Amino acid sequence: MRYVRASLPASLALLVAGCSHGVLDPQGPVGAANRQITLNALTIMLVIVVPTIVAALVFAWWFRESNPRARRLPHWSYSGRIELLVWSMPLLVVIFLGGIIWIGAHQLDPYRPIASSAKAFDVQVVSLDWKWLFIYPDQGIAAVNELVVPANVPLHFSLTSASVMNAFFVPQLGSMIATMNGMVTQLHLQADHPGDYYGESTQFSGDGFSGMRFVLHAVPSDRFEEWLTKVRQSGTVLDRSAYETLVRESENVQPFTYRGVEPKLFEAVVTQEIPPQNGPQHGRGGVFVHPQPGS
Amino acid sequence: MAAAACSCIRSPGADVFGKLSWNAIPWDQPIPLTAGATVIFIFLAVIAWVVIRGHMPYLWREWITSVDHKRIGVMYTLLGMVMLLRGFIDAVMMRSQQALAFHAPGYLPPEHYDQIFTAHGTIMIFFAAMPLMIGLMNFVVPLQLGVRDVAFPTLNSTSFWLTATGALLINVSLVVGEFARTGWVAYPPLSELRYSPGVGVDYYLWSLLISGVGTLMTGINFVTTILKIRAPGMSYTRMPMFTWTALAANLLIVAAFPVLTATLAMLALDRYLGFHFFTDTAGGNMMMFINLIWAWGHPEVYILALPAFGIFSEIFSTFSSKPLFGYRSMIIATMAICLISFTVWLHHFFTMGAGANVNAVFGIATSLIAVATGIKIYNWIFTMYGGRVRFATPMMWSIGFIFTFIIGGMTGVLLAVPPADFELHNSLFLVAHFHNVIIGAVVFATFAGITFWFPKAFGFRLHEGWGRAVFWLSFVGFYVVFMPLYVAGLLGMTRRLQHYDVAMWRPWMLIAAVGIVIMAASAACQVMQLVVSIRHRKALRDEIDDPWEGRSLEWATSSPPPAYNFAVLPRVHGTEPYWQIKRRAIETQQQSNLPHYEPIELPRNSPTGFITAFFATLTGFALIWHIWWLMGVGVAAAYAVFVWFAWRDAPVKIIPAAVVARLDRERRRARADWLARHPEGEEAP
Repeated sequence: MRYVRASLPASLALLVAGCSHGVLDPQGPVGAANRQITLNALTIMLVIVVPTIVAALVFAWWFRESNPRARRLPHWSYSGRIELLVWSMPLLVVIFLGGIIWIGAHQLDPYRPIASSAKAFDVQVVSLDWKWLFIYPDQGIAAVNELVVPANVPLHFSLTSASVMNAFFVPQLGSMIATMNGMVTQLHLQADHPGDYYGESTQFSGDGFSGMRFVLHAVPSDRFEEWLTKVRQSGTVLDRSAYETLVRESENVQPFTYRGVEPKLFEAVVTQEIPPQNGPQHGRGGVFVHPQPGS
Repeated sequence: MAAAACSCIRSPGADVFGKLSWNAIPWDQPIPLTAGATVIFIFLAVIAWVVIRGHMPYLWREWITSVDHKRIGVMYTLLGMVMLLRGFIDAVMMRSQQALAFHAPGYLPPEHYDQIFTAHGTIMIFFAAMPLMIGLMNFVVPLQLGVRDVAFPTLNSTSFWLTATGALLINVSLVVGEFARTGWVAYPPLSELRYSPGVGVDYYLWSLLISGVGTLMTGINFVTTILKIRAPGMSYTRMPMFTWTALAANLLIVAAFPVLTATLAMLALDRYLGFHFFTDTAGGNMMMFINLIWAWGHPEVYILALPAFGIFSEIFSTFSSKPLFGYRSMIIATMAICLISFTVWLHHFFTMGAGANVNAVFGIATSLIAVATGIKIYNWIFTMYGGRVRFATPMMWSIGFIFTFIIGGMTGVLLAVPPADFELHNSLFLVAHFHNVIIGAVVFATFAGITFWFPKAFGFRLHEGWGRAVFWLSFVGFYVVFMPLYVAGLLGMTRRLQHYDVAMWRPWMLIAAVGIVIMAASAACQVMQLVVSIRHRKALRDEIDDPWEGRSLEWATSSPPPAYNFAVLPRVHGTEPYWQIKRRAIETQQQSNLPHYEPIELPRNSPTGFITAFFATLTGFALIWHIWWLMGVGVAAAYAVFVWFAWRDAPVKIIPAAVVARLDRERRRARADWLARHPEGEEAP
């Protein structure tokens, strides 16, 4: 039974993870539903997986060459009943899981709005090399690598990318979604309680990828108004020229805000009215000969 | 964009060596420079030793120009093992970087770290796992079929050398230029010229395009061999399970690798000639690349996993001294996996925003594969039931595999549930999952298979004690590395992070770093096992060519087998032909009657593969560095070699019947001696 010891870290690990701040500690309806489905699926599978592992170890041990009590069947290689059993067991499990998959994929489709009496709060997200730009279309402000939103209100994200592919993910709130140039993806999340939630990109996007992180601050609505007032009083306006400066490559950018934002800036990025940003100007073997595209 | 593409074609005319210059060598980066220098030194030292000791003619005659499937199989396996070590060194660097880079830059800057994880993935899949599996198939399949060679022996040699070309190009990128910094599937637009102007992606493209041709030819070769060339009486439903899975894997190669080649060729057109298949602008669409690469990528998983299942099937049956349980149901499951694996690729990007219906359908298709795989696991378990289980090293790997693979399969099905994937996609949970299945199945199977068939290839067994040490260290090391990664993934840690500042992730990265030390110890034991076994080869000699009480035909011939494998092609009457031959011999206390020996035709050695690959290497290197004249030379010369090969007039050599008879009598005498010493027979029912 030496094998069993090796599985201890696994089960221990799951216990520890349960009380920390990852996807198993959701702070919103989407994350909670995702976790529920994940744990349901895991439980269903464990029902069949655990006995299978035990059977494998027990059979191997009992039928060891040195066991005089084991009954030997050196020619036994077929049993219709066992065949029926081993085909139907996993099939039944998968039919059951298939139902969960079908329902889960529909109920938790990232494009599906969250049912709520409150009106959804709109945020436009642009992934840049290598930072996040959050535009608040209704408030007319913008922030980089920092996202302040009202708690307990459904959030509706429209996302795109100014260059390469990224993915927007706040683990404690739930689902992630990809950001791609020339396209808009949609995501609906909600933070049930005020708090600071870690966010990151989960699609590798180049050398500065590791610095593409932000904090999502969910605050009570009065605090949100205070923050809004503060933002409007300082900083610069995000117009075309400011955007051109912003899109230049930079890594590990500290959060800052814009007191205003040019209307329809997000749409201009999506429709490529503002062309995709340039890539790195270096690269071994590339720098000596060819001129950069677009330069 | 178009203007830029034109200028990069025109400008190299100014320079004979294209983009290549002394600056291509990373003089300022001590790590790759030292590593590269060490590799070059070892390489030169080996060549010098071979030349000085006068082994060069032997090496040329018996190995480099050999078209014998057994020799090619051994060379593939050796290449795979060396590349496995190279990929493992990358893994050690990644684990140590992530252990150090908490609130700190670590010791690898992003531009270097990004190359390392890209190289790790590319090398492990294409140049470690693939050659190891193809190597074992090469060695074993013709023997199991009871035939003399594969359908196209020279093509087989060419396939191997083209694979070696790809491996060589990737390793050249360590010191000349750079490797891709895009991740191993090189998603555009990041891999387009606009965002990756260096030669890294070009190294990636040409090494995979060239070796991909080799792999495709292997696929054609093996499908033809298994369908058309079998010993008399070897019907489909009498083929050993490993051969069945090899058939399925090679059907997948034939169907999937053209997709990879076409996809990478389109990316190459984008980068070299200003096309717009996958660019952000001018109507390009990167989502098309992502669909196409995974339409190859998911079957690829089964190209690796199916032969692994075959190896375990052989081992469970042999070491339980029982026929494989549910043979026909195993065949159905294998072919079901072969088909379904083409219908699941979208689960690699549930988070790209396809609709709920699409995600649900692909999620369900994915979990259906688990049914077919589940059947296999039950059949292995019931193969042990009622058996006489011997815990030799191959069996240890197999039981370790069942344990590990079930866990990996479970987390895999979990990731097939879209809402779970929405949170775990690209996280370290995913990384832990696919290492769980690939190490659990492919790596364990390789080590099991090598231990199992090594005596057949070289005539002596591998040392058992060191083998056990390798197993236990790999097994424990695997869990210590990857269980923490599952946890880090659940804590929201994504993959490919060069540095991070979330305190909760740190402890798990430190535990994983301890695990990689354990795995390094297992790699050291692996080398020791080989050294000790070679030194004690007399004591470990396999006297009767059948060290494990084997059941299929590869154990019927001598160890190592003669060039022609079988003096007389065996006649097959059931699913376990060698087991039946042995039973008859034990019952009657004598061997079969002396057969009538006939002269044997064998394909002649040919340097075609080696020379073609030499010019393919030049072509690849020239394309990477835009040295157009060299590319012209390479393509023309490689083509000329093929024409020359087609024109040769003595394709076969004849081994006279007298020689065959003499060699076979020696083998029969050894068997007779053994039979005389063991009057009770080897198995007491």
